This record gives sequence, C-alpha cells and structure tokens, in this order.
Amino acid sequence: MEDMKRNESVHTGIRRLLLAMLALLPAAVSAGPSAQAMAFTCAGCHGTDGSSVGPSMPAIAGMDPEVFVDAMKAYRQDERNSSIMNRLAKAYSDEQFKEMGWFFASQRLELFPQRYDAALAERGAQLHDEYCEKCHENGGRPGDAGTLAGQWMPYLEYTMEDFINGKRKWPRKMKRKVDAAIEEAGDDAIPALVHYYGSQH
Amino acid sequence: MTDMKRRTLLRAAAGVGALGTLGAPAVVLGAPRRVVVVGGGVGGCTAAKYLRKLDPSIAVTLIESQPVYTSCFMSNEVLSGDRTLQSLTFGYDGLRRHGVEVVQGTAVGIDPEKKQVQTAAGDRFGYDACVVSPGVGFKWDAIEGYSEQVANETIPHAWFAGAQTQLLRNQIESMPEGGHVIIVAPPNPFKCPPGPYERASQIAMYCKHHKPRAKITILDAKSAFSKQGLYMEGWRKLYGYGTDNSMIQWLSGAAGGEVEELDASTRTLIAFVEDFRGDVVNIIPPQKAGAIAFAADLVDGDWCPVDKRTFESSRHKGIYVLGDASIASRMPKSAYAANSQAKVAVAAIVARFRGQEPGDPTFVNTCYSIVGEEFGISVAAVYGFDSHTNTITPIPGSGGVSPLDASPEIRKREVSYAHSWFKNVINDMME
Repeated sequence: MEDMKRNESVHTGIRRLLLAMLALLPAAVSAGPSAQAMAFTCAGCHGTDGSSVGPSMPAIAGMDPEVFVDAMKAYRQDERNSSIMNRLAKAYSDEQFKEMGWFFASQRLELFPQRYDAALAERGAQLHDEYCEKCHENGGRPGDAGTLAGQWMPYLEYTMEDFINGKRKWPRKMKRKVDAAIEEAGDDAIPALVHYYGSQH
Repeated sequence: MTDMKRRTLLRAAAGVGALGTLGAPAVVLGAPRRVVVVGGGVGGCTAAKYLRKLDPSIAVTLIESQPVYTSCFMSNEVLSGDRTLQSLTFGYDGLRRHGVEVVQGTAVGIDPEKKQVQTAAGDRFGYDACVVSPGVGFKWDAIEGYSEQVANETIPHAWFAGAQTQLLRNQIESMPEGGHVIIVAPPNPFKCPPGPYERASQIAMYCKHHKPRAKITILDAKSAFSKQGLYMEGWRKLYGYGTDNSMIQWLSGAAGGEVEELDASTRTLIAFVEDFRGDVVNIIPPQKAGAIAFAADLVDGDWCPVDKRTFESSRHKGIYVLGDASIASRMPKSAYAANSQAKVAVAAIVARFRGQEPGDPTFVNTCYSIVGEEFGISVAAVYGFDSHTNTITPIPGSGGVSPLDASPEIRKREVSYAHSWFKNVINDMME
C-alpha cells in the first residue's frame, strides 16, 4: 500500500515533467508539418490513428515511440525486407520519426477479432510463456518490444518468415529463443505463436 | 523504474500531448460553425469525418446524390471475378455515427457571397466553409459516336463503379472463347492513372483460366503510362507479353492508338491509322472536373485551381476543392491522394475557425495494382509544399514504384497489402 502511494507520487512527478517538456515542443519546432499532419497521412494503410483494420498491414497505435523510431530508421536504411515502407521512410528526418512516434504512442490501440485455430493458439500460448514473454511482456501487448498481441496474423507471418530467411536482423537473444521454440514444437512453432497472438483482441 | 511503469508514463504524457492539439473547440459561445461538404467520395467523406474528429463543435453536412458509396478502387477485381460489386458498396451510417448529417441530394450551385449550397430539390444549405469533392466528369464529345446512353447500354466506361462494372463483367463472361476485348485508355490527366492497365491485367487473369485464346488490346491516347515497366514485367511473366502469342497488346498514341470515333452497332473503333473491332469494348473517356465544379465557377479550363497549402479554391474564398477535380500536380488523381488532401484542407479550415494560420501541409500517395493472382505492384510518394511556387513536390530521395524483378514473395505480399490498403482507406474515410 505504502509502495503504491510512493509509486503514484513518483508517477505524478514524472508525468508533470514530461508534460512540461511536451508543452515546450511546439515552440522548439519551427517550420514543417506537425506530428499530427504527418501521422494522418499513414492512416490509409495503417488505419485511423494507427489501428489497422487489416488484414496484413500492422497496427501501430500505442507503439512504444522508441520501437517506432528504430523501425522507421531500419526501413529508411533498407535494413528490413519491405515492399513500400522503405520508399516512404526515406522522406523523413530522425526528428520527424520521433514526433510521429509520440503521436502513435498516444493513440489507443483498437484490435479486431481474427479467425484462429484454438488448439494452435493454446500451444502458442505455452511457447510464448516459455520463450517470448521475457521481452514481449503481457502476452505481447504494446510495450518496449513490437506489438504482437492482436496484431494482424499475415503481418506476423511475413515478419517471422523474414527473420528465419535472414532478411531481417534478429534482435539480441531472439534467434536463440525462436530456435529453441522450433526445437521444441517443430514446424508448428511459428504458426502456433502467430495463432496465439491473433487470438488476443 | 520498471518497464511497465515507464510505458504507463509515456502513454499518460503522450495522451495529454495529443489532447493539446485536438482539444479546443472552434467556438465556445454562439452558433456552431457549419461546413457543407459536396460529394460523398473519398475526399468528401474523409473531410466530413476528420472535421468532426478534430472539432466536434463543427456542424457538418454531407450532400451526395447516391444513397450508398461504391468504390472505384479495387473495382477492376470485379472484372476478373475475384470480387463482387457488393463488396465495394458501403453505406454512410459510419459518418452519421461521427455526427455528420448526410443528405441525399444533388448540389447544383454554390453562392460564394451568400455562402449557400443549392440542391436540385431546391434546398439551400448555409456554410462557413464549403468542401467540394465532386470527382471527375467525362468529355462525351471527344469520341464521336460515344455517349452516356451508349455507355449505359452497350459500351460501358465502368470508370465509376456500379451497374456498368457489372455489365462489363457480364460481357466478358459471355464473350466467345478467342474473343477480343478492347480497352480505350484516356489522355492525361485522368482518374486512377494505373487503372486501365490493371483493368487489362484483371481481364487477362480471368481469360487465362476461362478463355485462354482471348486477346485484349489497349488503344491508348498516350505514349507512356503509370507503372509501365512493372506492368510489362508482369504481362511478360503471366500473359506472354512480347511474344506472338501475347494475350495483351498495347498500342501507344504514337503507334496509332488514339481513337477518334466509335461505331457502336458493330463495336468498331476508328483509330488514327486503322479500325479495330471488338467482341467487348470498354471506352474510358477523356476527363474533366465533375459537374458542380463548372456550375459553381470553380474551374480554370477543365480542372479546379487551388492554394496548395489549404486546398482553398483560387477562384472563390471559403470553398475548398479536393481530390480528382483539383489541380494538385504532382499528385495523381487517386483515392489515397484525395484522402490525404482532405486532411490538409480540414486542418486549414479548423485553423481558420480558430483564427490561426494554417500549418505546413504534408501529403502521401500510395497506390496498389494487382497484375495477377500473386503479382501486386505499388507506387508511393511523400510530398511537401513549396510556398514560393504554390506547388506540391515529392520529397527528394523518397517514393517511387516497386523495384523491377522483385522476388515472387514480395509480389505476392503486395497483393495482400493491396487488399489491406483498400480496407484501411475505406475505414479511414467513412467508418
């Protein structure tokens, strides 16, 4: 109880600080389109305010801003196997990525039901707990790693294909964990994980 | 601090940040501001939804002549049989849920002095700002022998999705094996620059399975077209393009592809050099801005000039012209472009109501075309605004079309992305 109270006051203090910093932002940005203006242009593919209605373009609402910026930089550098995002990412500066990252981080993620195989999803839940939860916390809810829970399944399939085929750089430790999951569950491992994430909404 | 806490803080802080940009209503006391939107396509719907989203104190009325919206983008898939017309048809209830008043009627005039829109039924709608997004109209006199009546009955344009799309599909289905389909492609500028070539591809996709000896000829007024290299790569890989046995032929304007006259009774097209007879003929006529743009004196020539910072008409203050009808080069006349322009215009209108200067605009266009079952291609661009020349310019080093000779995997993914793009554009404009 005491702990919670103390946490709350820390929370309030830091929030005030962040708000004060945010209030200064518009003044610091001189010319160029606003974060909102830039983020609005993404909606035709990623949904209004970043909640994609699918079936294969990922939801980006509620994403951690650092994860967003890292992803956009990787696209800009052609470091991710991409069809279109790399071409678009080349139009923006680091600062603009940051502004858009904040915009999408502040949006509520709306998830939509997807068709999934219940038995596979159950297997996936076990694999997730064992191999993925440590980095993709809370079943892969938006956080310090990319959003997995409720993410569009075709997008997750493409992403895993790219990792496994060497077309996307593994984050630290991830390859070892995925290899271990495949060692345990064989060809079912990736589909099971994808169906588990797709089952959450 | 744990990670969990850090995230909560980020979100709380960011949430309040967003409120700062969206929060203050245009007017606290007095009558609400009124915006009348003419045209319930991509530009008009997006504007109506985003006006309400950015400032719920604004009263928004959308005037549209059709009871439902039928999407032109993706309608070529009806021709291959991959999609039904029903799957392209959407009601306006999503906009009503956003608090938009949707009026079924046809706007026939706009009085920029009295700030009123008049409908064919004789109703008048007063506005503080008016958004006009009428799409394109056709130059019916450009090809002798072609008319709206002929289009409805026998030689469809199918450039608005609807009954003519279904008619064209039915004609292709009932055409004999080994039949000849002719598509007449229009000169620039026109709505959906890659559309005629995707259309040929979708018809070929159907014929490959059901009428493998069929031929498709594109008679073109132009000597080059959108995504040309990618289309030709797809046609070579899928439909024998470049061989004697190619299912698709493209005749450029320079090679005599320009059509001057139609003999509807024999389905014969009289082109510059020779005549062509088809079993199925599809004419996409040369284009201009939709009728209301002419009635409301918003055009200079065939299209509507605008201030590209705001999309406010250069001819009448307080009227914003979006989408296909506007002169927005170098943006193409596409659904995504109209969606992007609408958000710029909305931000400018909301700023004006608050007594603020409009911000710097930014625009995006993305457009997918489906050449075969597992062969999708795209074009993408991010645009900035040059205030000195009032032009919309692509950001250097960005954008462009899909790479030539991409892997089959990427081509297949682009088909899936095309369908995702369709769903998200529809959702963003009207749900």
